[in-house]
Amino acid sequence: MSEIFYSQAICAALREELARDPSVYLLGEDIAGYGGAFRVTRGLAEEFGPERVRNTPISENSIAGVAVGSAMLGMRPVVEIMFMDFITLAIDQIFNHAAKFRFMFGKQVRLPLVIRTPSGGRRGYGPTHSQCLESLFMSMPGIKIAAPATPYDAKGMLKAAIRDDNPVLFVENKSLYGMRGEVPDGDYTVPLGSAQVLREGGDVTIISYSQMVHECLRAAETLAAEGVSAEVIDLRTLNPLDMDTLCASLEKTGRVVLAEEGHRTGGVCAEIGFRLFEKLYYYLEAPIKRVAALDTPVPASPVLERYVLPDHTNVVKAVREVLSEE
Amino acid sequence: MASTDQPDLLTLYRKMLLIRQFEQRLDALFVQGKLHGTTHPCTGQEASAVGACAGLRADDYITSNHRGHGHFIAKTGNAAALMAELFGKATGVSGGRGGSQHVADIAGGFLGSNGITGGGLPIATGAALALKLQRRDQVVLCFFGDGAANQGTFHESANMAAIWKLPLIFYCENNMYAMSTPFACAFPTPHVSDRAAAYAIPSRIVDGNDVQAVIEAVCEAAAYARGGNGPFFVEAMTYRHGGHSKSDKCEYRTREEEAQWMLKDPIVRLRKLLAQTIPEQEMTAAENEAKQAIDDAVEFALSSPDPSVDGLEDSIWTQ
Repeated sequence: MSEIFYSQAICAALREELARDPSVYLLGEDIAGYGGAFRVTRGLAEEFGPERVRNTPISENSIAGVAVGSAMLGMRPVVEIMFMDFITLAIDQIFNHAAKFRFMFGKQVRLPLVIRTPSGGRRGYGPTHSQCLESLFMSMPGIKIAAPATPYDAKGMLKAAIRDDNPVLFVENKSLYGMRGEVPDGDYTVPLGSAQVLREGGDVTIISYSQMVHECLRAAETLAAEGVSAEVIDLRTLNPLDMDTLCASLEKTGRVVLAEEGHRTGGVCAEIGFRLFEKLYYYLEAPIKRVAALDTPVPASPVLERYVLPDHTNVVKAVREVLSEE
Repeated sequence: MASTDQPDLLTLYRKMLLIRQFEQRLDALFVQGKLHGTTHPCTGQEASAVGACAGLRADDYITSNHRGHGHFIAKTGNAAALMAELFGKATGVSGGRGGSQHVADIAGGFLGSNGITGGGLPIATGAALALKLQRRDQVVLCFFGDGAANQGTFHESANMAAIWKLPLIFYCENNMYAMSTPFACAFPTPHVSDRAAAYAIPSRIVDGNDVQAVIEAVCEAAAYARGGNGPFFVEAMTYRHGGHSKSDKCEYRTREEEAQWMLKDPIVRLRKLLAQTIPEQEMTAAENEAKQAIDDAVEFALSSPDPSVDGLEDSIWTQ
């Protein structure tokens, strides 16, 4: 067990999987040498060589397509898309091929590929370097979505994603890279598709994922001081969704707040909230509330960015609202 | 340059006939209302499909595009499973999920046709990268049309394949029209292959309606790519006899131009060549066999069960 950064946990998973399986290789812009824009892959090219830690030209769509084509012939590519915003350039290959080939070719192919990408704002990078686009991928059948919130889950889930025989979008909120946490030194996996109750409580269920989980935990602390017992659930995986864990909590509390850093309209919370409504309408003691980014681009100015992106204060406010409903 | 084990002309003729019969039968089936959906026929381009596959080794790979029936039959010979796919049957190549432009036969080296113009270029590039990483000696041939060369994926993939020296043949079927858009309206240069030079990829232009010329060009390209030299670009000049898809009346091109190209019909040309050495009745027999094979394919498709909806949602992922 070592206390390491989230970014180091990602790097450890990549290193161990590269060493474990010769079919694993990395593909992305500036990942060798430079180590990627966030230095996550630093040192891996020196260790495993430029063939397996492969720098690419700036060609996101074909990077994704190359990953698909190589996976069809038995490789396990792990792509890095430098910013999640740039994944829009690769959506053709991801939506039309990665997500569909197994289905549309009558189950003939397995597509074991991972696309890692840093998401999110709070760094002043502005509208095209700050987005959380998970909901786009949630609405496309065929893509698993992992979005770990801690260094422990980052390593364990990335290893699980690399060993998965399906396309996995692996979302790394960039404000998590500098977060420290206890991580086992050796091999372990955290299965995709399982949510985790991080804090137990009986009054309200707070559901989130990735960086917003920490805002929710902070909100739960604030609420505890007010005598509110909040249960906080980290989704960890957005597809497949662990509805059982969510439903069990909601059956207990009857009140739910969902939180995400992505846009409000058509967002992750919108989908999960509606699923909960469909399944557990009779358990609900108050309307479902969601906390999300405003429906604007993410502005660069710190003042404006703070206004647009949600944080723990928004979560606290939403919880107070659902608790005030009779 | 052509390898010694390439098939004889009569075998090539049979394959081209099979493709012609397949496409013509689809036409008739659509007119009769027996087929549902759409199709992009390759009638007139049979020499290109058959020649390109004949220039490869049997264990080499190809990727295809929306106009892919000829490529599929040339590579796999499996007209019956393709016909069943067109009929949406359980016995179809893709179990009825893909239809005309979404089929694959991975074991047979056919890495998928593709409904996205230019979509197959990075797939082929990735397959070639896998072969290189796995130290295998096969090559990938990527079929694409002149229209696809205006997608970003063409430039991205050509660049990557060149800098990584991948065993890949860019095989462009230039049939002069991207749907209705004439070549000259979409290209500032006389040929698609003019672009290869920008990526330091050697290229050659070939008469795509001359099956022997196509084989020779692809043999040269395959030897180059297999030799670890990187990609090679072949531009096959050809013409589709019919429209872009089944609903196209070809109002954007002249009947005179079509008549000129009909004179270069690859099947008529090969038949004339064969007539020098092969008795008439043998060629007539080959034509009857092709027709019979398509009759059988339709019969197979019609007698096949519909796909079951059971498990459809679970088949998105490998469990």
